[in-house]
Amino acid sequence: MELFTNQVLAGIATGAIYACMALAVVMIYQAIDQLNFAQGEMAMFSTFLAWQMIQWGVPFWGAFALTLVISFAGGVMIERLLFKPLANAPILTHVAGFIALFAILNSVAGLTWDFTIKQFPSPFGSAPFLGSQLISTHQAGMIAVTLVLLLALYFFFQFTRIGLAMRAAAAQPESARLVGINTSWMVALGWGMASAIGAIAGMMIAPVVFLEPNMMGGVLIYGFAAAVLGGLSSPFGAVIGGFLVGIFENLAGTYIPGVGNELKLPIALALIITVLVVKPNGLFGRSVVKRV
Amino acid sequence: MPRCLLRLPFAALLAATIALGGVSPSAAQKAYDPGASDTTIKIGNLMPYSGPASAYAIVGRIEQAYFRMVNDQGGINGRRIEFISYDDAYSPAKAVEQTRRLVERDEVLLVFSAMGTPSNAAIQKYLDAKKVPQLFAATGATRFGDPANFPWTMGWQPPYQTEGRVYAKYIMATKPDAKIAVLYQNDDLGKDLLKGLRDGLGAKAAMIVAEDSYEIGEPTIDSHVLRLKASGADVFISITTPKFAAQAIRTAARIEWRPLYVQTLVSASIGAVISVAGFDNAQGLVSAAYNKDAADPQWRDDPGMQRFHAFLDAYAPDVNRTDNSAVYGYGAAQCLVEVLRRAGDNLTRANIMKQAAALQGYAPDTLLPGITVDTSASDFHPIERLRMMRFSGDRWELFGEVIGGELDK
Amino acid sequence: MSALQDSVTRAPAVAAVPKGNIALGYLTSTMVVILLFAVPLFAKNFVIFQMTIWLIYAIAILALNILTGGSGQFSLGQSAFYALGAYTSAILMEHFGVNYVLTLPVAGALCFAFGFLFGLPALRLSGIYLALATFALATAMPQILKLGVFEHWTGGVQGLVVTKPDAPFGLPISQDVWLYYFTLVISIVIYVFAVNLLKSRTGRAMMAIRDNEIAASAMGVNVSLYKTLAFGISAGTTGVAGGLGAIAVQFVAPDGYTIQLAIALFLGMVVGGVGWLPGSLVGSAFIVFVPNLAEEVSKGLSGAVFGAILIVVIFLVPHGSRQVAYKIQDIVRKIRK
Repeated sequence: MELFTNQVLAGIATGAIYACMALAVVMIYQAIDQLNFAQGEMAMFSTFLAWQMIQWGVPFWGAFALTLVISFAGGVMIERLLFKPLANAPILTHVAGFIALFAILNSVAGLTWDFTIKQFPSPFGSAPFLGSQLISTHQAGMIAVTLVLLLALYFFFQFTRIGLAMRAAAAQPESARLVGINTSWMVALGWGMASAIGAIAGMMIAPVVFLEPNMMGGVLIYGFAAAVLGGLSSPFGAVIGGFLVGIFENLAGTYIPGVGNELKLPIALALIITVLVVKPNGLFGRSVVKRV
Repeated sequence: MPRCLLRLPFAALLAATIALGGVSPSAAQKAYDPGASDTTIKIGNLMPYSGPASAYAIVGRIEQAYFRMVNDQGGINGRRIEFISYDDAYSPAKAVEQTRRLVERDEVLLVFSAMGTPSNAAIQKYLDAKKVPQLFAATGATRFGDPANFPWTMGWQPPYQTEGRVYAKYIMATKPDAKIAVLYQNDDLGKDLLKGLRDGLGAKAAMIVAEDSYEIGEPTIDSHVLRLKASGADVFISITTPKFAAQAIRTAARIEWRPLYVQTLVSASIGAVISVAGFDNAQGLVSAAYNKDAADPQWRDDPGMQRFHAFLDAYAPDVNRTDNSAVYGYGAAQCLVEVLRRAGDNLTRANIMKQAAALQGYAPDTLLPGITVDTSASDFHPIERLRMMRFSGDRWELFGEVIGGELDK
Repeated sequence: MSALQDSVTRAPAVAAVPKGNIALGYLTSTMVVILLFAVPLFAKNFVIFQMTIWLIYAIAILALNILTGGSGQFSLGQSAFYALGAYTSAILMEHFGVNYVLTLPVAGALCFAFGFLFGLPALRLSGIYLALATFALATAMPQILKLGVFEHWTGGVQGLVVTKPDAPFGLPISQDVWLYYFTLVISIVIYVFAVNLLKSRTGRAMMAIRDNEIAASAMGVNVSLYKTLAFGISAGTTGVAGGLGAIAVQFVAPDGYTIQLAIALFLGMVVGGVGWLPGSLVGSAFIVFVPNLAEEVSKGLSGAVFGAILIVVIFLVPHGSRQVAYKIQDIVRKIRK
């Protein structure tokens, strides 16, 4: 029983990583109706920028804020320079563009900061949280940040004019344009916000997994899985999805005899696919009506 | 008949003239295979410059820099080294393509220090058929030291299985009733090292009470460490690459699990792993080593390491010198230069293998005191001995004798 | 992804390709084939080997093209089928002594069955969800190949070495040349099959699904059958490519069939042009030769250079080499007039 509770607690702690990333995934999906395969690398790059600033002596929160600003600007710039010119290209061409971006960011980060792992400071410290050895104060802090972010996103998309406009622009660009929404800038804004949220995710994740150019590779897969499980249109679902994936993965690894440990990622993914077969829009996603 | 008489002295005279003047006396001894000439020696190499394993490509950059230094110092027996290094992205298919490019288009004399088990395994058969030396393959898989079946292939670093046996010896000597938990990376490193450990424990292999493997795609390995702690083991062997090694050290400390902690040498680097995981968390760690650690203050006045640092200052100032790979690349390149120097003017592929298989007691700058490179016609594992060490303060303290874990022949 | 569903408001993921335009004309085709047959006469063995690999990847890209260009389904899991085909061939050859030629139909059939079965649950998924499902398959495959249970056959993490076949009937050509011709003949057969498939009733049904699933269904196309069939055919073809790849490279190991391979095949399809079958050759050339080019430019930044080249290519020709081919066709027509 103790092992069970421990694994669940550890699952929540790792789940927070996935949830954080899943929020960024949902954000970009809201903006462009696609998944951005380079999102993890963008987050990694932002985190390196923060790390570099801290190395240069900028205090943590200063570096944090600056990184958010730079990431936002960077996201907008990537959209303007790279993807706006491709607006009329097929979607698969966009996906190729994401892959190109992935390769560039990974390679440049590797050359600039090399591949040795680096410690990234945590603003919350790493003492045991409430006496539990399984969750550190950092991980608790990360969960708190994720929830705050979730609330902020919820209010943004539900109650602000610009958030509603962004949703409209992603879901029905034609109609959105007709009611006077500048859809092109909505997309750029979405890129900027997704990039900034990714940066927060990166800075929260790095203290746990250590900073290096490949740190987001695995995280992004889980982030996608979590977002898809929860429903790509629902930030709330994405966060729940993150925790579910984290917990399930640990339990599969611990309790499925034989192959559970060796195949815990495939088993987790298989479960998600099973869920999708039953509920094609994820646990909390709204259904999309198909039409001719 | 008279014509014959006339001819004989003439021929002798001609021969004498040639011997005295025209061509130098050593000409008869010079022998070259493709890739070698009076002026150059071409060496081929594969590195994962792109793709998920690009962290290791630093070895290639260091080797390149080392050969540049050798060239600046006049080369090897007057010949310049031309080091041709290609990207294989850690993909076996690409490795075969690039190796064929090296051998058939660039016509290299030998392939040196190709990185990784999959790539080396993929090119082994081809190079063997072509009789091109595959020297000092940069992997610890045991299959790269099998002269009976692959006389053209030689590894360099201690085989992973040897390292596993060394830990087995150590544990049986110090904690004969230990309960061992093993965390290993699910690849050739993890599987081979675990096999060595099991073989070393022999009849006492039941001492291993828990085994857990992880994939390199996993973001964190906390859950594995928790599971292994729950097994009640009092010895923890962490067969992990740097990121996961640092995570495991930190997590074990956080959950207050204090077993006899054995960290495999691939991630025993002070600069790249221990300092990142935190010195406080790493006190008492045990590992084995054959190389000196570039970040360890105890080697500050060591002449070999001073040469190493001087080399880095001059030829690769931007390289992170605390990365284990820098020391590795330097040692392997130095060892190859020694082999080529000994081969003299007989730069045939057969002679290169002969010289590589006749290293006795050779010690590159970066090897620990007491550890040497030893090969013979039947021993293609150049480094097979290790020293145990324990982490204390900010450095590794060597203890005990040099331990051999020679694999059964 | 609603993009595939919501064809009213946005460009489809796959631009519709008229049925007559999926292949080259007879004249051009003949010229290409003659050229390909002539290559070994004036190329080194290394180049011939490279071209063999190029053809093999072209088959795999063609297979993806049947799936995506043909039926509009998206897959990031082609590496899994490729791996299955490669291991099937390798295991049959090394453990059971089966002739290499015979291993290919087995690899193809096995992958067809596997792909067909995988296509069944995939029916319920589209767009991003299908991408994730196939992606899951791609990440799972290397781990499954490493499993201890199969280690006796697969060689586990160490992989399996494959013997390269000699030319048969005492033909006086090298192994490389023989393998090249062998691969070339198989490629041509598969290409002709694919062209005819897409022009047939089946192909028309698939393309109808691609262009508008609901409309196709309303017109009486059996959507489930053709979607799963497309998956099966694509997987089977990829399996044959995988088998050939194992024979050419002489080695199989889990590390050779990671998601990187699936991504490379995907890029090859996009660069070649989705839905235009000859583009597979162009796409394959891109993924085989451009990394070498990128590396020549800079070793430290080869990934970035590759990415930059890719971006330039998709900026210039967002529809891949198909766009170039159509342009040339237009010019030729104008000149003729």
